[in-house]
Amino acid sequence: MEFLTPGTGLLFWQIVIFIGLVLLLSKFAWKPILSSLKEREESIQTALDSAEKAKQEMAALKSDNEKLLKETREERDKILHDARTAANRLHEEAQTSAKKIGDKMIEDAKSIINTEKQAALRDVKAQVAAFSMEIAEKLIKKNLSDDKSQRELTETLIKDLKLN
Amino acid sequence: MTFLILMKKPLLSINSAFLTFILMVSLGFSVSAFAANEVSEGEPEKFNANEVIIEHVLDNHQWHFTDHLVLPLPIIVYSSERGLDAFSSSHFFEGHKGVEYNGYKLEGNSILLASSGEKVLDLSITKNVAMLFINAAVLLFIMISVAKAYKNNSSKAPKGLQSFIEPIVIFVRDEIVKPNIGHHHQKYLPYILTLFFFILFGNLLGLLPGAANLTGNITVTLMLAVLTFLITNLSGNATYWKHILWTPGVPLPLRLIILPVEIMGMFTKPFALTIRLFVAITAGHIVLLSLICMTFIFHSYFVGIGASIAVLFISLIEILVAGIQAYVFALFTALYIGMATAEDHH
Repeated sequence: MEFLTPGTGLLFWQIVIFIGLVLLLSKFAWKPILSSLKEREESIQTALDSAEKAKQEMAALKSDNEKLLKETREERDKILHDARTAANRLHEEAQTSAKKIGDKMIEDAKSIINTEKQAALRDVKAQVAAFSMEIAEKLIKKNLSDDKSQRELTETLIKDLKLN
Repeated sequence: MTFLILMKKPLLSINSAFLTFILMVSLGFSVSAFAANEVSEGEPEKFNANEVIIEHVLDNHQWHFTDHLVLPLPIIVYSSERGLDAFSSSHFFEGHKGVEYNGYKLEGNSILLASSGEKVLDLSITKNVAMLFINAAVLLFIMISVAKAYKNNSSKAPKGLQSFIEPIVIFVRDEIVKPNIGHHHQKYLPYILTLFFFILFGNLLGLLPGAANLTGNITVTLMLAVLTFLITNLSGNATYWKHILWTPGVPLPLRLIILPVEIMGMFTKPFALTIRLFVAITAGHIVLLSLICMTFIFHSYFVGIGASIAVLFISLIEILVAGIQAYVFALFTALYIGMATAEDHH
């Protein structure tokens, strides 16, 4: 029966030691161990979460990038197209205006040439007239240097008058 | 919850029953062998297996390693007549026979006043108390060094002792305490962890050669069970008490039966805890010692070799039992606390 009878001394020490053990271990062992375990579990969890988040962000970023790239490409195409049409237009405009200017210049030149020509013709005419007068004068002077020829002329002139 | 207990109990009692069966067989065997020995030969120094085993299993005022290596332990006694007294137990064992010392005498394991024969309050450091100190010291040393490792080694993978203790702590937290107690578990975790490791270390240290049978002592298991009983009932909520005192959904005549059963149930729980651990560990020790003693009873090499092999395997089983019993004690404690603190689901 000694098996089943609790010993007073052992009971006393057991109470003292076990309760002391619970208090000491709670304060110096379980608290730090459990808190570090929890901390570690939480840090692992947050690391996993943030990795997942980063993955999603990466995916979002990638699709954003692709969208952006697509937009940029479209814009580039549009700009190129615009530039090409603008260049074409400018080219045509330049061509037309150059032609216009050329035509105008040709016309101007023509008119100037005409006026110059007219002026020159007038000049030539005047000079021809002057030369003719001079020649006529000289001819007349020579022809009418004697009396006989003066009479003849007078007679012809009178004849003309009479005829008229 | 109750179903779980019902499921688990038979399994454990099979384990204990098996051990008890072996204990009975081997005890009976060794006793009869011893008896035969006594009758046939009149040797000068007879080997008494019964005495050896019982002496080992019980508490003692000296630590008996071998016949030539006995550690005397301090005796601390208090009596109203003589006050507090402390002296070495070696005074009682001078000349291998109990002698009186300083007005005290030792009878069996209890100390009496020599004059009146009255019992005194014995607070001696007995073998089991010394074992208790060693257990507590080992526990404190290991756990505090592990805790330090967490501080010095924070945010790194655990190593060494830390990586041995950590999975056990996590196991106790996640498999024993959390599922049974629920969201209040943080409050009870330190107690159940201490309980688990105290029993585990006590069981394992008790298996060392020469060690005392601390967790197989009914005083120790009783104290642990009573502590669990107190914690359970002090943290019991209204639902728990209502279930015991006025079980819902039971017709009035039946209450006359249910109430005593429920109240008895309060006390059978710690009783079962006490007996289960005590029996499992003590039985293991007795089995091992019986097997070892067989060698000395038979004086035969064959028996010696056979017994050694058997002891080897039983020791392995005992290591398993050490873990199982610590687990079971912690599990039931968590279960009882969980039942007492569970919210009403009706």
